[in-house]
Amino acid sequence: MQFNVEKIRADFPILRQRVFNKPLVYLDNAATTQKPMVVIDAITDYYLTINSNIHRGVHFLSQQATASFEETRGLVKEFIHARHAHEVIFTKGTTESINLIASSFGKAFVGPGDEIVISAMEHHANILPWQLMCEEKGAILRVIPFDPTGELLQESYRNLLNEKTRLVALTHVSNVLGTINPVKEMIRIAHDQNIPVLMDGAQAVPHLQVNVCDLDCDFYCFSAHKMYGPMGVGILYGKEEWLEKLPPYQSGGEMISNVTFEKSSFGELPYKFEAGTPNVADILGFKATLIYLDQIGYKQVVAYENDLMAYALKRLKTIPEIKVIGESANRAGVISFLAGNIHPYDAGSVLDKLGFAVRTGHHCAQPVMDIYGIPGTIRISFGFYNRKDEIDALTVALSKVIEMFR
Amino acid sequence: MGWNQVMYPTPARGRGAGDKFPWACPGVNPDNESTRMTIQEIEAQIVGEFSQFDDWLDRYNYLIEMGKLMPLIDPGLKTDHYLISGCQSRVWLHARQEDNRLYFTADSDAVITRGIISLLIRVLNGQPTCDILQAPLEFIDSIGLREHLSPTRANGLLSMIKQIKLYALAFQTKSRKVESDSAEQ
Repeated sequence: MQFNVEKIRADFPILRQRVFNKPLVYLDNAATTQKPMVVIDAITDYYLTINSNIHRGVHFLSQQATASFEETRGLVKEFIHARHAHEVIFTKGTTESINLIASSFGKAFVGPGDEIVISAMEHHANILPWQLMCEEKGAILRVIPFDPTGELLQESYRNLLNEKTRLVALTHVSNVLGTINPVKEMIRIAHDQNIPVLMDGAQAVPHLQVNVCDLDCDFYCFSAHKMYGPMGVGILYGKEEWLEKLPPYQSGGEMISNVTFEKSSFGELPYKFEAGTPNVADILGFKATLIYLDQIGYKQVVAYENDLMAYALKRLKTIPEIKVIGESANRAGVISFLAGNIHPYDAGSVLDKLGFAVRTGHHCAQPVMDIYGIPGTIRISFGFYNRKDEIDALTVALSKVIEMFR
Repeated sequence: MGWNQVMYPTPARGRGAGDKFPWACPGVNPDNESTRMTIQEIEAQIVGEFSQFDDWLDRYNYLIEMGKLMPLIDPGLKTDHYLISGCQSRVWLHARQEDNRLYFTADSDAVITRGIISLLIRVLNGQPTCDILQAPLEFIDSIGLREHLSPTRANGLLSMIKQIKLYALAFQTKSRKVESDSAEQ
């Protein structure tokens, strides 16, 4: 299928909106993407036609809902190229996926003096769960630094790994700098010392074709809402052998095989990690997302977005006051920048009134801001429905902003 | 509205010179009131100024200009102690009380934020502490800056107002304590 951006835009009703009487230019896709009509319809259809609790009802609706729910799991498995569907756990988002592993892995495998390795470019969601778990266990959090261009220092990484390292938790794509980290190689290095690796893929899945088998990562976490799916759905992929070894995270209905007041036994994968009634409606919305993405084809998306990224970088650099933060050549999704000495909040406030949805601030990655010694950045982030003329309009608006605060 | 209106009835618009209401602030020199505009009068003035703009860029340009008129905080006071938390941009605010009226100085590293706080100071500077405590500050809504009041918007106009009210409350409590201490003597 030919990649036709106009045809794609037509699938997203929200993009037709005007804000402050200006056409909406939505460039905050790293925060959340918009949803195509097929996804919105799927959620409505669920409530209109098969709403029921899954996995326990013998009645018709429950069986329909259960079947559709498990089909989604199968599609996720195919989407990330996992070996088994039961390696796919539904959560409510990347944050919960990471918390699940930090908690369960911490309980089983981390003790005093042990070490967890993360990088200096992590989102708070991939810092705090480890920090809290380390505090609880008397373990130590180690941090891989990056250079000013936004590349992780590989020698420092190798030096950080030792016999006390229990796990490496690493972002696939930085939500501030846009850097695509060389994760395949970094996973291999960790595995050489039998250290498992968790990947925060929240910013990667919308822009790259992810193959968890090829990466050989032990855990991979991402959110549906950042890839054109509904909010409130997250995925935790875990290798079967690891998930089998981990204790449950939360407990309750759905996840048990036998309960007495003396002792309970927990269900098989993946239900062991899915206590309580899941967000069925949105998970079925996510199924529609995966079918939609499959029809568009990731290869075309990647090519289109790379072209858009290169164009945006080129255009931004025509404005002398613009300073791009993070200059990795291998990048996806986001561009962070400063406009002269203008406070990102000022720039964002004015851009908002001109119809541009951008993000300003520290982007939940305060350590990254501290490293650059800046209060925050302006961040634009792309979806496959963005167009070059939107980038052109942005550069005009930015010139206006710069003039205003001169 | 909030807790701040519970203590006294809100006065009608334009409290006139020399009018003596039963709720008048204790300890405020009444001579000053003849020359000074009330909080609501200044609010109305600002709403009038804003009403001439129909374009957002003009409003923001106006805010930028307003920010230049702000009584700046002593650079030596730009410390964490005077920093208002909850702001995406940083805001420092200092208040002092004189004759039961409050006087503010402030600054921000963001220009629009500086403009917004300069409006607040323009309205509240030199006003009786107890009036500041009661002021509903509805003009912010009227000039279309309501979105800056939203707690999700981390610029913290809400935090600024909270901090101003906290200052007012602290000074009032302190003054009352001094009064009751001296009455006992």
